[in-house]
Amino acid sequence: MLVPLSWLRDFAAFDLDPTELGRVFDSLGMVVEGIQRIGEGLDRVVVGRVLDVTPIEGARVRRTLVDIGGAEPEQIVCGADNVGAGQLVAVARLGAVLPGDFVIERRKVRGVWSNGMICSARELRLGEDAAGIMVLAGVPNGPSNHGEGEPGPLGGEDGTVALGTPFALAMGIEADVVYDLAIETNRPDANSMAGVARDAAAKLGIAFALPPARDVERTGPAARPVAVEAPELCPRFTATVLDGVRVGPSPSWLARRLTLAGMRPISNLVDISNYVMLERGQPTHPYDLDKLAGRTFGVRAARPGETVVTLDGAERRLGLGASPDCLICDGDDVAVGIAGVMGGASSEIDDATTAVLLEAAHFERYAVARTSKRLALRSEASARFERGVDPLGIEAAVARFVELATDLAGAEAGPTLVVEYSGHIPYRRPITVRTAKVNALLGTHLDDGDIDRLLAPIEYLSRPVAPGVREVTPPSFRLDSEIEEDVIEEVARHHGYDRIPLTVPRPAQVGRLTAYQRERRSVRDVLAGLGLTEALTGLLVAPGDHERAGLDESDGAVVTATDPSAKEESVLRASLRPGLLKAVAFNLSKRLDEARLFELGHTFPPPTPDTAPRPDEHEWLTIAVAAANGAADAREATRVWLGLADALRLEDVDLVARGDEPGMHPTRTAALSVDGRQVGVVGEIDPAVAAAFGIDTRVGVVELLFEALAELPRRSDEQKPISRYPSSDIDLAFWVDEPVPAAAVEHVLVAAGGDLLEWARLFDVYQGPGTPDRRRGLAYRLRFVALDRTLTDAELAGARRRCIDAVESALAATLR
Amino acid sequence: MAGVLSDLDSVAKEGQVAVDGAATVDELRVVEAEFVGKKGRIGGLNRLLGNPSLTVDDRRAAGAAIQAVRDELIARVEQRRAALASAERQARLGSERLDLTEVTLDRPRGHLHLVNQARNALEDVFIGMGYVVAEGPEVETDWYSFEALNFPVGHPARDGFDTLYLNLGEPGTMLLRPHTSPVQIRVMQAQAPPIYAVMPGRTYRKDTPDARHNPNFQQIEGLAVDRGISFGDLAGTIDAFTRAYFGADIGSRLRPASFPFTEPSAEFEVACVICHGAGCRTCSGTGWIELGGCGMVHPNVLRAGGLDPEEYSGFAFGFGIDRLAQMHHNIADMRVLNDNDIRFARQF
Repeated sequence: MLVPLSWLRDFAAFDLDPTELGRVFDSLGMVVEGIQRIGEGLDRVVVGRVLDVTPIEGARVRRTLVDIGGAEPEQIVCGADNVGAGQLVAVARLGAVLPGDFVIERRKVRGVWSNGMICSARELRLGEDAAGIMVLAGVPNGPSNHGEGEPGPLGGEDGTVALGTPFALAMGIEADVVYDLAIETNRPDANSMAGVARDAAAKLGIAFALPPARDVERTGPAARPVAVEAPELCPRFTATVLDGVRVGPSPSWLARRLTLAGMRPISNLVDISNYVMLERGQPTHPYDLDKLAGRTFGVRAARPGETVVTLDGAERRLGLGASPDCLICDGDDVAVGIAGVMGGASSEIDDATTAVLLEAAHFERYAVARTSKRLALRSEASARFERGVDPLGIEAAVARFVELATDLAGAEAGPTLVVEYSGHIPYRRPITVRTAKVNALLGTHLDDGDIDRLLAPIEYLSRPVAPGVREVTPPSFRLDSEIEEDVIEEVARHHGYDRIPLTVPRPAQVGRLTAYQRERRSVRDVLAGLGLTEALTGLLVAPGDHERAGLDESDGAVVTATDPSAKEESVLRASLRPGLLKAVAFNLSKRLDEARLFELGHTFPPPTPDTAPRPDEHEWLTIAVAAANGAADAREATRVWLGLADALRLEDVDLVARGDEPGMHPTRTAALSVDGRQVGVVGEIDPAVAAAFGIDTRVGVVELLFEALAELPRRSDEQKPISRYPSSDIDLAFWVDEPVPAAAVEHVLVAAGGDLLEWARLFDVYQGPGTPDRRRGLAYRLRFVALDRTLTDAELAGARRRCIDAVESALAATLR
Repeated sequence: MAGVLSDLDSVAKEGQVAVDGAATVDELRVVEAEFVGKKGRIGGLNRLLGNPSLTVDDRRAAGAAIQAVRDELIARVEQRRAALASAERQARLGSERLDLTEVTLDRPRGHLHLVNQARNALEDVFIGMGYVVAEGPEVETDWYSFEALNFPVGHPARDGFDTLYLNLGEPGTMLLRPHTSPVQIRVMQAQAPPIYAVMPGRTYRKDTPDARHNPNFQQIEGLAVDRGISFGDLAGTIDAFTRAYFGADIGSRLRPASFPFTEPSAEFEVACVICHGAGCRTCSGTGWIELGGCGMVHPNVLRAGGLDPEEYSGFAFGFGIDRLAQMHHNIADMRVLNDNDIRFARQF
């Protein structure tokens, strides 16, 4: 909300430095988002007339001669294309300091002396127009020096101004400060000048007064009875006839205030309505009485599909939401406005209007909020009603409207008709406030008197009930105050948040990550150490992304969003793969040799009977590696898995070849299996899937149900003694049938080697010349050692025999 | 006698020439064996001492002479050996020369996502203050996300969240959580006070991505519920946190605000991390940067968590981790955090 300081001074004598006053607003929660200083920097800016414009050879800028009321015209170089002889312009004289500390000095431009500057609106902070100089309206016919003739505002009745007149004086610009305040939703009172002034005056301890309007005798005609059919939507409604009005422009003081507050002056009656709303927070709406059938109002909920054309010219359809829309109707029951949101076009005030029916009412805040949201139509009125306008402030606002309309539009007002349903009016009930609770919740040491002193200026009525207990009745303009804590917040605000002593509670518990959380961190660190970069891909993907990844996306196989903001983010991910494949493709497209990524995140497959209606949400780890040269294939993925498994001390996780894993390469994929239960996969993305994501190289993948990690078998953390005796190696090479996995050979060797075997390691895979058909050569190194002796040749020979026999008998393998 | 000595002399001379002439340690070993070895030529001269024509004195003198020559030659060999070994070592080391600036990292380490790096650091600060880290599901119910947090159905403050609802269960009941606050309720339901927990995690809002907004982002919240928790505790905890996380001179301040789930409520600001409070472009000249919201847990929220507001009180605070990382690393456009661009990740 834009708040001119001059307007606030109607209610309290603010004489603080404007920046300091801004800090007071901040401290009260009315956050200053900007301070505009009007009329600043106009000290040596005067009105001048361009006499002559001549080009400067070879330059875009031109030489002008400008009469600024001196004995001789000034030579000024001007770059604006729109400058022309005869124009009235704003001239910054030498020594002027324009807004932004822009000092005007005598300087040479393209070889020509320039003795000032002809200003654009932007340079004077009077507008955004920087395209050219500001050309002023009005014709100067007074003499060109001061003291003779009467300078007046440009565009005034005689339209005269003496050249050399200070620009601010000529334009009627008065110095002012305009605050841009962000008002919180729990401060309905602060949506008005009076409310801001009340709060700030209370904080500063200065007097605040919101004088009632002058009592105008109500000699005009009375309003006809109004039928309010929806008391729950409109508990209070008033109608007032203002007859004999003359519609015309507002006086300049009113127009200026509206302009400073960010509203465009339209005509006196509309401007008065806006003025009263800005001053007191109560929206009103004047209708042209003669355009209202039956010269009256009705108030009711909209019927389904009912339409009304609002003041902005748009046709609005109503009554289609889950909650009712409140309408203002005429005597024929035809909608003429949307209650609390915007009036209708059919009864708009125009130049021919001579009689007005003024609506001023209290509309239920949530109903206005829902209607406004449904229509995507926010107005100054709806914003105020949503937050809760003072239900008891209507008559005062109407009186203020009548006063101004009488003075400025010649209105003759009739008596105000009031329709009210007291059961629906939101009254403030007294709230029990305990001093001990205030201090306990805030950490302060206030006494009863302190609390009363803080609450009184903001009109919370406090009545002692017992020592340390009081009944506090919030003012009717604070519909937000409902419970003790609300009052405590007011006490805290006016006491000052910054005056509450800082304390730090020290919990008795030990702060620590859980084992699961520690493991998650360590997995991240291990993977980063293995050269993988962590990705965080979106929780939502585009329709078709799962299918492209080779995953089921048929009806019911994924969860979709009800009302997504974009199609690209409308399907909840059931796998991390689509997002990671996109990230891999993105990085490879940036000419990186490698994209090695992982993500630890939740997936959301559709509900199972156990989880419904929740999705089957699980935390997964997915790793995707790709190299432009194809090196990051299934084997590389397996290496990453082995590195991870070793770091996590996993054991007995089997790699079981799988040809039917969706989206994966049918001959380069294995299931990660523990006791026959699949906890993930390792392998390579199906080349067709990679291609569908725009990846023309192999993509290795590891995928692990991260939550399963806790259940996986781990290597014992008990120490195994290390032998002090020499060890001996035996190398064995076998021809092994192709389908037999190397892991099987190793398992047999480990079993056969017994306690003396320290380790067995595959060190060569041979498929060169001499290899028997459909076999391959696997060479293992076996290291034997005993804890208590050096092994004898005979022992070693025996171990060797056992290993060979075991492999040859258990597997389709022969010693090479 | 003279024969022996002249033989000795010539062997000594030959030996000296041979030792000096040995070009390698191996050659020297051969020379050594030839002259001073057990069966070497100097040793051979000793046999001449058995000549009966020699007197005892002669024999003693000749023996001493032979020994002197032998000692001298051995010393010469050792000297030569040292010289040769040194030269050979120099040559070998010379040939092993490496230009270490030719070496490149074959496999650069990977990087954690910048937002998770910030999340870890934040968690660590609060762990140090005695907090635990609590988590919850990312798909939530409307009840946990709003109703339990004192946003009744139809409450206008819900609009600010741009919540994404899902086609699950009854319409309008399941959603992607727009904040991590549902975890507050879950923690209160799961354990009796005292509760001191932070709740980081992923959240989603239907924001249009721009330089300062991502639909996907992470938040962290804090919740303390105990007997006698006060607003002063909240202010002190936030100040202790900002000084621990940003630096000892980065304090905080609270100013009144409004949120449905807290009363009283506050926005908290930290001293600008760029100018340390002096005023700069980042903080719009104010010296302060708005970080998040906080307040005393609303009694309705305590009740939703199964707690009696007359017995317990609590504070809560929350803020966006992405925004914090943006501020910390001077990131002009937040969308880069969602690109998963390795070139970006490598910088941190």
